[in-house]
Amino acid sequence: MTTSRVIGLVAGREFTTRLRSKSFVIGTLAILAVMAVYVVLFTVIGKGATAKIGLTGQATAMSQPLAAAAEHLGKTVQISTVDNEAAGVQQVRDGKLDLLVKGPLGAPTAVFKSTVDPALQNALEQLVRAQALQGVLAQAQLPPSALNAYQNAKVTLDQLEPPDPDQGPRIALSLITGVVLVISIITFGTAVAQGVVEEKSSRVVEILLATIRPWQLLAGKVLGIGVVGLIQVVIIAGVGLVLARTSGVVDVPAVALSTVLGALGWYVLGFFLYAALLGAAGSLVSRQEELQSAVTPVTLLPTVGFVVGLNLLLPNPTNTVSTVLSFIPLWTPTLMPARIALGVAPPWQVALAVALMIVSILVVTWLAGRIYRNAVLQTGGRVRLLDALRS
Amino acid sequence: MAEGVLEIDRISKRYGTVRALHDMTFDVRAGELFGFVGSNGAGKTTTMRIALGVLAADAGEVRWSGRPVDLATRRRIGYMPEERGLYPKMKAREQLVYLAQLHGMSSADARRATDGWLDRLGLGARRDDEVQKLSLGNQQRVQLIAALVHEPAVLVLDEPFSGLDPVAVDLMSEVLREQAARGVPVLFSSHQLDLVERLCDRVGIVRSGQMVAAGGVTELRESGPVRLVVDGADTDWTAGLAGVRVVTADGGRTTVELGEDGDDQEVLAAALKAGPVREFARLRPSLTELFRNVVTEQGAS
Repeated sequence: MTTSRVIGLVAGREFTTRLRSKSFVIGTLAILAVMAVYVVLFTVIGKGATAKIGLTGQATAMSQPLAAAAEHLGKTVQISTVDNEAAGVQQVRDGKLDLLVKGPLGAPTAVFKSTVDPALQNALEQLVRAQALQGVLAQAQLPPSALNAYQNAKVTLDQLEPPDPDQGPRIALSLITGVVLVISIITFGTAVAQGVVEEKSSRVVEILLATIRPWQLLAGKVLGIGVVGLIQVVIIAGVGLVLARTSGVVDVPAVALSTVLGALGWYVLGFFLYAALLGAAGSLVSRQEELQSAVTPVTLLPTVGFVVGLNLLLPNPTNTVSTVLSFIPLWTPTLMPARIALGVAPPWQVALAVALMIVSILVVTWLAGRIYRNAVLQTGGRVRLLDALRS
Repeated sequence: MAEGVLEIDRISKRYGTVRALHDMTFDVRAGELFGFVGSNGAGKTTTMRIALGVLAADAGEVRWSGRPVDLATRRRIGYMPEERGLYPKMKAREQLVYLAQLHGMSSADARRATDGWLDRLGLGARRDDEVQKLSLGNQQRVQLIAALVHEPAVLVLDEPFSGLDPVAVDLMSEVLREQAARGVPVLFSSHQLDLVERLCDRVGIVRSGQMVAAGGVTELRESGPVRLVVDGADTDWTAGLAGVRVVTADGGRTTVELGEDGDDQEVLAAALKAGPVREFARLRPSLTELFRNVVTEQGAS
C-alpha cells in the first residue's frame, strides 16, 4: 500500500468526522452570525450619521444658510421647523431631534441632550459670526465687497504624496484578516492536538501504529483537519466579502480580494507550522484534561505576536519591531498579511518570509514527528519533552 | 523456514536498567494455537508489541515465513492490544471499514468483510451505533472484528479472553480455532490456564523475560518425574520397592513418585499383593500446577 493512500485514508477519516461534527457546524454558523450582526449594527449606526436639527421662532430663518454651511462642512443634516419651543425641547429629550435652535438670529440658543457634534456647533457659530459681521459692515457703511480680501484669504496646500484613499479599509482589512487567521490557526491547530490525545487516551493508536507509521498518522491528521479549517476560512472570507460589498460597510477596494486570497495562503502556512507543534505537544500527555497545560504555551504565541506587532504596526506601519517580527515564522502568518494590506511589505520581503516559513515548517515537522513517535505510545504520565526528543 | 511460521528469535529489550526481555525465543507454526502464559510483567505484552513493530527490540528478530517482519507483513497481522482501543465516537461499521482499509483492503472488500463479521457476531443491528454507546460485551466483539476483518495471515492477541462473559469466551474460542484451521498461526496470551490447556496446541511459559518451558500441552504435562496414585491397602506396601518415593499417603490413597529406576508395573504388583486396588493412575499435573512449579522453581534458583 502506498504512503499517499495511507495518508489519504487517515486524512479522509479526519475530514469526514470533523466536517460532520457539531462543533464545526455550530462554530461556523456562530462566526457567520457575528459577522451578520456586525453588518446590521453598522448599517443602523451609519444611518444615524444624519443630524436632525429643529428650528423654532426667529431661528427658522436660518434654515437655508445652515443647510449650506453644513454641506460645506460635509455634514448631512435634516432640518425641520418646530412650531412650539416646548415641543421642540421635548423632541430633543426624546432623541427625535439632535439639536433645537431657538431665539434671535444674532444670538441663538442651541438646545441639545447631552453632547453636540462639534462640526454642527462650528457651523452654527460661523453662521452667527457672519451675521454679526454683516451688521458691523452695515454700521460702518461699507459695501459688502469690502470683505473680499477676508473671504479670499486661504492657505495654499502643497501635497508631496498623493493620499491613500484606501488607508482606512486597508487597516480594517488587515485587522479582520489577522484576527480570523489567529483564531483559525489556534482552533484547528488545537483540534490536531485533541485528535492526538483522543487516539492516545482511547488507545486506538496502538492498533493504528501496528499498521502504519507514526509520521503517516500525524501527517494525515494534520492534512485532514487543515482542509476542514481551510473550508471554514473560505466560507468566512467569501461571506465576509459579499456582506461587505452588498452592505457597503467596507468600501471593498481591489486590495481586499487579493488580501483575502493571500489570507488563505497564510492560513495554510501558519496552520502547518502550528499543527505540527500542537500535535507534538498533544502527544506528550495522556488525557484530555492534561491537554490544556501542554498546548497553552503554543497557542499563546500567535496571539501575543499579533497583538504586540499590530499595536506597533497601526500607528507606524514601517516600524522596525513589527517588520522584524513579521519575518519570524511563528508570527509571519498573522503579521505579514497585515503589513501587505497596509502596503508596507515589498515583494522581496514577502518572498523571503514565505521561504523562511517553508523551511521552518519542514524543520518543525521533522522535530514534531520525532517527539510524536517517541511519546505517543507512552501512556500513564506526562512525557518530558527532552525525553521524547532524545530517544 | 517453513511457510506461515511466526518466529520470535532471541529478542531482548531493556527499559532503562530493567531487563524486560532476554533472548526470548519461540515459534508459532501455521495453523497452530499457541498459548502464551506467565505472571504479570513477565514480558508477554512487550514480546507482542515488538512483534507488531509498535516497540523496537534492542536485539533479535521477528520473522514470518522466514523473512523479517516489516510494515507490509504487519498489515497482514491481526492484533488485539492488551489495552483495548477504538475511536469512541466513531460508528462501529465505519470504524471497522476504516481499519480494514488501513490494512490494505479496497473499500468494497472492507465493507463486505465488515458486514459479514458484524452479522456473524450478532452486531448487524448495532452497526451504525457509536462504539462508546455499545455495551462492554459488544465493544469487545467490535475489537475482535478489528483484529480479524482484514483476513489476517497471523493473529497476535493480548489477553483476548480477559473480561469476557462465558458466552463470549465460547465465541472467542470458536473463532480462534476456526482461524487456526485456516492455517493462520495464532499467538495469544492468557491468565486463564484451564482455557489455554483446553484450547492450545502448544504453550509457552514466560518468566522474567525468558521462555522457560515451551511445548505441546500433553508433552509438558508428561515432562518431569512420573507420579502414580494408588487407592489400595492401608499398609506400608511400598517399602522395598526400588526407585519409588512416597509423596503423600492418606488412608489407602497413596501418591508415589518414580525415580530413574522405578517401574510402574512393579508398583502395581506390590500394591495388589498388599490388598485390592480400586484405582491406579498416572498423575499428570494440570497446566496450573505446572505453571506454579515452573515459576517457583525458577524463582528459587
